[in-house]
Amino acid sequence: MIIRVSKRSDIPSSEITPESAYINRRKFLGASAGIGAAAFLGVDPVRADTAFPGGHRAHQDDEPNTLEEITSYNNFYEFGTGKEDPSKRAHALVTSPWTVKVDGLCNNPADYQLEDFIKPSTIEDRTYRLRCVEAWSMVVPWRGFPLADIISRADPLGSATHVAFETLWDPEQMPERMWRPRIDWPYREGLRLDEAMHPLAFLVTGLYGKDLPNQNGAPLRLAVPWKYGFKSIKSIVRITFTDEEPPTTWATQTPREYGFYSNVNPDVKHPRWSQAREKRIDGSKLFGYRWLDTQFLNGYADEVGHLYEGMDLKKYF
Amino acid sequence: MSRARRSRTKANPRRQILLLKTAIWAIGVTPVVWLAVAFFQRDLGVNPVEKIIHIQGRWTLVFLLAAMAVTPIRRLTGWNRIIQVRRLVGLFAFFHACVHFLAYAGMEQLFALQYIVADVVDRRYITAGFAGLVLMIPLAVTSTRGWIRRLGKRWQKLHRLAYVAAGLGVLHYFWKVKGDTFWPLLAAVTLAGLFAVRLVHRRKSRRR
Repeated sequence: MIIRVSKRSDIPSSEITPESAYINRRKFLGASAGIGAAAFLGVDPVRADTAFPGGHRAHQDDEPNTLEEITSYNNFYEFGTGKEDPSKRAHALVTSPWTVKVDGLCNNPADYQLEDFIKPSTIEDRTYRLRCVEAWSMVVPWRGFPLADIISRADPLGSATHVAFETLWDPEQMPERMWRPRIDWPYREGLRLDEAMHPLAFLVTGLYGKDLPNQNGAPLRLAVPWKYGFKSIKSIVRITFTDEEPPTTWATQTPREYGFYSNVNPDVKHPRWSQAREKRIDGSKLFGYRWLDTQFLNGYADEVGHLYEGMDLKKYF
Repeated sequence: MSRARRSRTKANPRRQILLLKTAIWAIGVTPVVWLAVAFFQRDLGVNPVEKIIHIQGRWTLVFLLAAMAVTPIRRLTGWNRIIQVRRLVGLFAFFHACVHFLAYAGMEQLFALQYIVADVVDRRYITAGFAGLVLMIPLAVTSTRGWIRRLGKRWQKLHRLAYVAAGLGVLHYFWKVKGDTFWPLLAAVTLAGLFAVRLVHRRKSRRR
């Protein structure tokens, strides 16, 4: 694989290549300008990214959703199951000070203050598609840094195979409600270590160039754009390296419907709805959305497809 | 003394039913009017179609359970005239179910038959909801005086299907939600309670 990262001084590729190729290349660059490639070439990812105004764009057809859309239609069950509940209630969440515990099978376990956790990384903007398992989708301009940064600093042991994540669980800030689902809190998620190390796996600290609103998972959340949205865990307080597949909330709650991998896959039906299509939230349309065909791995197959070579994705859904 | 006050003191039973029917009309029509206005004012949030479907689904269940509650209320309170509002309540349940389905079929699936059929066949919660709606059609059709007369005793039997339709509606709701089963369970308990009142009464009247 050829990895080429442009520098500011390069002739913009838009001047020498047709637009479609340019856009594809831009997509490729955004995807590849991860920590590994960047470190190897001695170019920092933000420089590479800013060589193309607008940063990494998820797809040529994809216009980002509005801030209003992204911040008023959320799944964050700790604050209620209605899509508008988090935007109404999550303001109660205290996001500063915030401690992230890194533990498990790694050489550098520690309790980090959020600022210290973020400081060594270079913040960049990345626009990703977000495909919810409920068959709606948005395009979100996140701000953050690669998850691989943190993993490298934690320095996992050779025996570590997976990374587990935990959301804050604080009944004081997330008051008990009769109708809240009976879930075994805190919310848990996880990734295979190689998935977590992939340059597309992103730790998010902001949205539209500003601080992350609470309902979107402030102050620190994951964005794993090739997996269903619930994998992109919010308000992270703990990152643990394990030597086995960690239990994750939805796969434990309803194993028939949700698997550990939960890769976006139009060919694997959810028992309660088809995953072949998705409603892209679009306020310019009369009904507020337009139908799109869902893409394998949410359109990121070129980048992450190799992670699943030889796996039966119908079995490991 | 005004006429209105005089008649209230007389507790005119006809007037009570008229008032109740007016209230049912008001409660029945308001959500749809409100949703229509809010939709065109773009006031239904980020996913307006989903909101319309959810709200209409809930009103369908409210009216279905209310229709089921009429007879138990009559038996528990002895207020026999209340039976006169049952048809109206039931028809509003059917009306909300139709709006619910049309919002799904039209605004969600854009009347694309292949997707609607696939949903009804593949997704059990849609299968249940659709079956409930279909069951309500003969009940709505035969709710007229003419059909009641024509069917005689069979009418009562036929209209026991309302319990099946309501059960399917609750099941549809229960299967739809993700973890937050509080409201579907409340609906299920309510329906079971209403059915229990019916069974108890039946046993009592048999013993007599």
